[in-house]
Amino acid sequence: MTELDIPAAALDPRASRASLRRSRSDRLVAGVAAGVGQHLGIDPLVVRLAFVVLGLAAGFGVVVYLLLWLLAPAESGDALAISPPRRLPRPEARALLGAGLLVAGVLILLWTTGFWFGEGLAWPVSLAAIGFAILWARGSTEDGRGRLDLAGFGTPLEALLRARVSGRRLVVGASLIIAGMAVFLAATTSLAAAANVVLAVIVTTGGLVLLAGPWLWRLANELMEERSSRIRSQARAEMAAHLHDSVLQTLALIQRAKEPREMVSLARTQERELRAWLYGRAPSVRGVRLRDVIDAMVGRIEHHHQLNVEAVVVGDADLDDDLRALVSACNEATLNAAKHSGVSEVSVFVEIEDSQVTAFIRDQGAGFDPDAVPEDRRGIAESIVTRMQRHGGSAEIVSRQGAGTEVVLRLPRHQS
Amino acid sequence: MTVRVFIVDDHELFRSGVRSELRGGLEIVGDAGSVDEAIAAIRSTHPDVVLLDVHMPGGGGRAVIDAVRAELPEVKFLALSVSDAAEDVIGVIRAGARGYVTKSISPEELDLAVRRVHDGDAVFSPRLAGFVLDAFAADAPQPADPELDQLSPREREVLRYIARGYAYKEVAHELGISVKTVESHVSAVLRKLQLSSRYELSRWAADRSLV
Repeated sequence: MTELDIPAAALDPRASRASLRRSRSDRLVAGVAAGVGQHLGIDPLVVRLAFVVLGLAAGFGVVVYLLLWLLAPAESGDALAISPPRRLPRPEARALLGAGLLVAGVLILLWTTGFWFGEGLAWPVSLAAIGFAILWARGSTEDGRGRLDLAGFGTPLEALLRARVSGRRLVVGASLIIAGMAVFLAATTSLAAAANVVLAVIVTTGGLVLLAGPWLWRLANELMEERSSRIRSQARAEMAAHLHDSVLQTLALIQRAKEPREMVSLARTQERELRAWLYGRAPSVRGVRLRDVIDAMVGRIEHHHQLNVEAVVVGDADLDDDLRALVSACNEATLNAAKHSGVSEVSVFVEIEDSQVTAFIRDQGAGFDPDAVPEDRRGIAESIVTRMQRHGGSAEIVSRQGAGTEVVLRLPRHQS
Repeated sequence: MTVRVFIVDDHELFRSGVRSELRGGLEIVGDAGSVDEAIAAIRSTHPDVVLLDVHMPGGGGRAVIDAVRAELPEVKFLALSVSDAAEDVIGVIRAGARGYVTKSISPEELDLAVRRVHDGDAVFSPRLAGFVLDAFAADAPQPADPELDQLSPREREVLRYIARGYAYKEVAHELGISVKTVESHVSAVLRKLQLSSRYELSRWAADRSLV
């Protein structure tokens, strides 16, 4: 059964993750170096040294580091379970510290290499850079506090409006950027008026981009991540449902099979179905069939109750929601017979025709007077009747004291 | 009149179980656990009714009927089994068995079934009724011989009641006809099942040969 391992592994999100992610557990500033190291299979120390060396080379390393910080998402929670992070200061404080150090580093670098453009520009640029870094820092995905909570939101627009970028971070970052712009404008008022206007426009636009850009960028990123994780969990749920309907039911049936031949045939049928499902080998992949589900239902009931169910199914159909409801009602009626009829034999007959599906559940036991059922015991019958009605069908319960009970379920079929 | 019964089943335990269950009016003249043994013993004992397991090593119940039927046409066969594939059961019926009941049948019902087969009637368990309804599905293409290849609405109705677990007597009561009439409907169905070529082109062949 080694073949089965392949798709199982493919479904594991961790196995397929080859993208670069910032490390959460091993980090000095933002985990970029460790992330790159993991991604490339190099010791993070080497990567860090490389960044420092590149940083000394006209600041190139710093720029690269910042870019990676912005672009690489942090590791997801799954990885957390494997390698718990070291205790570190609060993410926002760290982001601030890191941004400050980076800006200082860049300034010192520029100063020592002679590209100094005077205090008039240095201060506003520093302030704006720190504010920018605070806004962009993706620390928000680490503690979940600043995370965009999209689970309950309908549309992206709604998400955008209600996104809770950590309030404090927004205020601090924005005010730093605005302060930087103000200082810049104040320092340059001596320049010519025309240049001033142009500059003001540029600066304002730049400020707006700095303000809104990170937010939109992160939003898009989070939406994409959210979507891919939802697709993953959907696939997982679908697989679980399928396995439950098929493999688990078959295993249950095999356990109660009396003859080896019966066991073998159950196992082979299941194997065939599973293969068809996994590899799509059959040209038309058979869905879950009504007949199989009824067989499984009967098997379950016979197993759990001392009851012999004589089940006869004529015709077959792919299971859909309506037929699922019919099976549930059928199950309910058979269980009732098991519990209340007092006999050990129940007949179930299901006929699937093109225009309708009919199910008869009959016992020749005690029977009851349907009109005399106490109010608090009507729930079961109601659940059969209303369930069928909800799906456009009907249920009829014929019973007489001492003459057994027959439940008739009818469900018209929609021709597709 | 005593009905002489012969039991063929490869499970020793089951044979002795049936032996002890069928008492009074039924005489067990012998039993066999394999196809060859059964053929020889039936030839020598000339039973009235043979209770026949569908699945046995060496060709199953069908091989027994094929071997004996031509020379001993008066011997009646009733297939008796746990749960089998439709094609196996229908195969035994087409070979000449007069009915099919499952092993979960009560001793009284089995007694009744044996007598019914002995009287020349057909015995339909709910399962067999289901198989037949399936084989003669109403939505199949135009049959070659409508007389043989189709069930009448009344026959269909009777089979549905049997599939729902109604005894012949109850079917008669529900439909307001005599038990005799129910029996004649069922016998007609059995005849169609044995003579019609419909079965060969039924959808089972397509549906179930999936290997």
